[in-house]
Amino acid sequence: MSTAHIASVRLYVAVFVALLIFTGLTVLVAYFDLGVLNTPVALGVAVIKASLVVLFFMGVRHNTPLTKVVVVSGFLWLFILFGLTMGDYLTRPWLGVPGR
Amino acid sequence: MAEPTTTAHAMMPGHTAAHSGDHGHGHDPNLQHHFYSMEQQLEASTLGMWVFLVTEVMFFGGMFMAYLAYRTMYPEAWVAGSNHLNVPLGALNTGVLICSSLTMVLAVRAAQLGSRRGQIVNLILTIILGGVFLVVKYFEYKDKFVHHLVPGPHFDPALKQQHGQELFFSLYFMLTGVHAAHMVIGIGIMTVILIMAWRGRFGPGYYTPVEVSGLYWHFVDIVWIFLFPLLYLLGFHYGQH
Amino acid sequence: MSQQTSTISRSYLGPPYGLAAWLLTKDHKRIAMLYLISVTIFFAVGGLFASGIRVELLTPAGDVWTSDTYNKLFTLHGVVMIFFFLIPSIPAVLGNFMLPIMIGAKDLAFPRINLLSWYIYVAGAIITLAAVFSGGLDTGWTFYTPYSSISSETAVTTAAIGVFVTGFSSILTGLNFIVTVHRMRAPGMTWFRLPLFVWAQYATSLVMILGTPVIAITVLLVAAERALHLGIFDPRIGGDPVLFQHLFWFYSHPAVYIMILPGMGVMSELVAAVSRKQIFGYSFVAFSSLAIAVLGFLVWGHHLFVSSQSIYAGLVFSIITMLVAVPSAVKTFNWTATMFKGSVTWESPTWWVVGFMGLFTIGGLTGLFLAAMGMDIHLTDTYFVVAHFHYIMVGGAIMAYMGGLHFWWPKMTGKLYSEGGAKASAILVFSGFNLTFFPQFLLGYLGMPRRYHAYPEEWQVLNVLSTAGASILALGYLLPAFYFTYSLVKGANAPANPWGAKGLEWTVPSPPPTFNFDEDPVVNEPAYNYKPGREVHVG
Repeated sequence: MSTAHIASVRLYVAVFVALLIFTGLTVLVAYFDLGVLNTPVALGVAVIKASLVVLFFMGVRHNTPLTKVVVVSGFLWLFILFGLTMGDYLTRPWLGVPGR
Repeated sequence: MAEPTTTAHAMMPGHTAAHSGDHGHGHDPNLQHHFYSMEQQLEASTLGMWVFLVTEVMFFGGMFMAYLAYRTMYPEAWVAGSNHLNVPLGALNTGVLICSSLTMVLAVRAAQLGSRRGQIVNLILTIILGGVFLVVKYFEYKDKFVHHLVPGPHFDPALKQQHGQELFFSLYFMLTGVHAAHMVIGIGIMTVILIMAWRGRFGPGYYTPVEVSGLYWHFVDIVWIFLFPLLYLLGFHYGQH
Repeated sequence: MSQQTSTISRSYLGPPYGLAAWLLTKDHKRIAMLYLISVTIFFAVGGLFASGIRVELLTPAGDVWTSDTYNKLFTLHGVVMIFFFLIPSIPAVLGNFMLPIMIGAKDLAFPRINLLSWYIYVAGAIITLAAVFSGGLDTGWTFYTPYSSISSETAVTTAAIGVFVTGFSSILTGLNFIVTVHRMRAPGMTWFRLPLFVWAQYATSLVMILGTPVIAITVLLVAAERALHLGIFDPRIGGDPVLFQHLFWFYSHPAVYIMILPGMGVMSELVAAVSRKQIFGYSFVAFSSLAIAVLGFLVWGHHLFVSSQSIYAGLVFSIITMLVAVPSAVKTFNWTATMFKGSVTWESPTWWVVGFMGLFTIGGLTGLFLAAMGMDIHLTDTYFVVAHFHYIMVGGAIMAYMGGLHFWWPKMTGKLYSEGGAKASAILVFSGFNLTFFPQFLLGYLGMPRRYHAYPEEWQVLNVLSTAGASILALGYLLPAFYFTYSLVKGANAPANPWGAKGLEWTVPSPPPTFNFDEDPVVNEPAYNYKPGREVHVG
């Protein structure tokens, strides 16, 4: 399927410039203390950059629905690992037992 | 490249299994025998590489899990550790990898368009940029050794007091080290692709290896896109170290 | 006779001959045979370690081995059996051989990667053997930190690297199967016409892909901690050993589904064939495979109930663990329903089927006892757990593997084996198995801890029964070595379809030609399309 889609150099360069701008943005934002928002902003920018690479540079935009499912499930599975493990760590204090 | 449709081709008489040496009925010499069309081969290869990249997501994911758990446990140690990292160098490396992703995608495009020169130039640039990344990494690592920030017997005893800083650096070295190992492998793969491109192996009818290797390269870039803010940009806003 | 000779010489077993032709093959069938030889060797090695364990446990005192040696025995028994036998067995032997033929393809999607997966397996095996001979491994197959990463004086780093490398064999097999099932099915072979063996292999492959990388990085972290002092789990610098357990079991629980799902796939094939009937509730069984694969990733915390894991997390894991039993139960009910009023005859595969059904049910049921946190607190780390997982792994997975080997042996080798020998083997395995492991349920309930080489006198009778059973079990596994080998040399030639079974693999000669099909198949009937009153030709 990606055979038929040969993107223009202009599109690739535009994505490239966007990636550089977002990189600069994330460095800039790090100079400011936004408190608890610093991490979500940094991660949010990283997700946008990664999405640009996945969709445009890796061509997933044009891939089959199956490929898109594969990409999504990879990250979904990561969230299963993160979610259930942090579910342990974050609920330990609920017991009211000293120590953890 | 104009292969018949899948069903018809499969039922085509004469397309038996026992034609091993005979390419007389005009299919691409790059078509492997268990596939019936170049399109199927490209689709299967792309899917295969993506399935492999999912395993890579889970592979790095284990380390990100450790990062997440320990950052939650030792937030100040994480900030303090991050303050030791060189943000301009990290940002430079991020830019270098983004550039290399651009040259990579242009190399694939050149193969799709049949431009041998375009492939060679862009592949060489990609390899060079990858090399630049590794050189910068080398200087960063050297700096850590000098400042006693490498976990183990030589870790700065004063820092050991702050519970978690040695953990931060263990994860720093594992994350960036495994990433760097992937870069080295990537450069190796690109060198092989470059040699094949030099020999004119790729064109509009067959560029699967370039595309599939490109996917790997972009993935390694994506890992760094997450590593950079998570390792370097935590403590920056707290001031210089 | 000469016709059979020419069938074999026109098959994948014929030319090209020679070591190089086999070691550099791209044919999935030859690679399956390479795996068969390798996993059989490691089954024997694992069995040897088990003998060491059972001999020690004949007497209450720890008088055969030192405790250090005993620790190495049970560790290596686990490592070898899990990583070098159970995980590869059905997928790499039966899956590799049958999957492409069952879907009407000439080979897997990536034949060279298939061969690479075997070489990676061999490399991982060599590295692990190097660990065995350079200090052994005494951490338990579970590698718990900080003992494994800091204190143990055995060859942990080497073994960790061996497991790391072997994991990639699994990953590449899973990758190959997934792409093959998606992209290489013959015309007309829709998803819901696929044999259930293929559904099971596909589900297994999903687990291999999503889980194995996590154990890969985890053992790498342990090796890095030992070799490079990059302490990730070291409590002295704030590391958390429970984090290791989360990461380890995130893979190792789904790993048990990697071990049982293919066995369930074999069961579906055998049940349909010996009953000569469409599998009852085909789509339920197919979806159950997927459900097990997915739910299997959400339950790992049941290995951490007593680890200081949060009780609330334990609650969630406990409930989901009970849920994951449901699809397995659905399958068992459906196989039973298939056999009910089917034309079941007692050829050797049927014996293995029946053995599996009973033993897997007991194993699964006892898993539910362990899933209840309250029970688990008493039963964890006792022989109850050991019995539970052996009922599933041996009573379930290995019985299914043996059943599959017997069912497809004529197809793979073109030879028929001794039915009498096979039935004897099935009886010996079934009775030996129960004698070995049922007493262990009792021992565990009475409180005998696992991984101990000495125990109080009052438990000796049960332990002696267990060891006696183990020797019968060993005999049962040894027998096939003889009659299978004999069949290769002096066995009768097998027709294309000795069992009268449905499925694309039975439409090709025994053994199949190199490219499987002389003409590309087109599928236009459902799976297991048995019609009543069909004649069966056996032998």
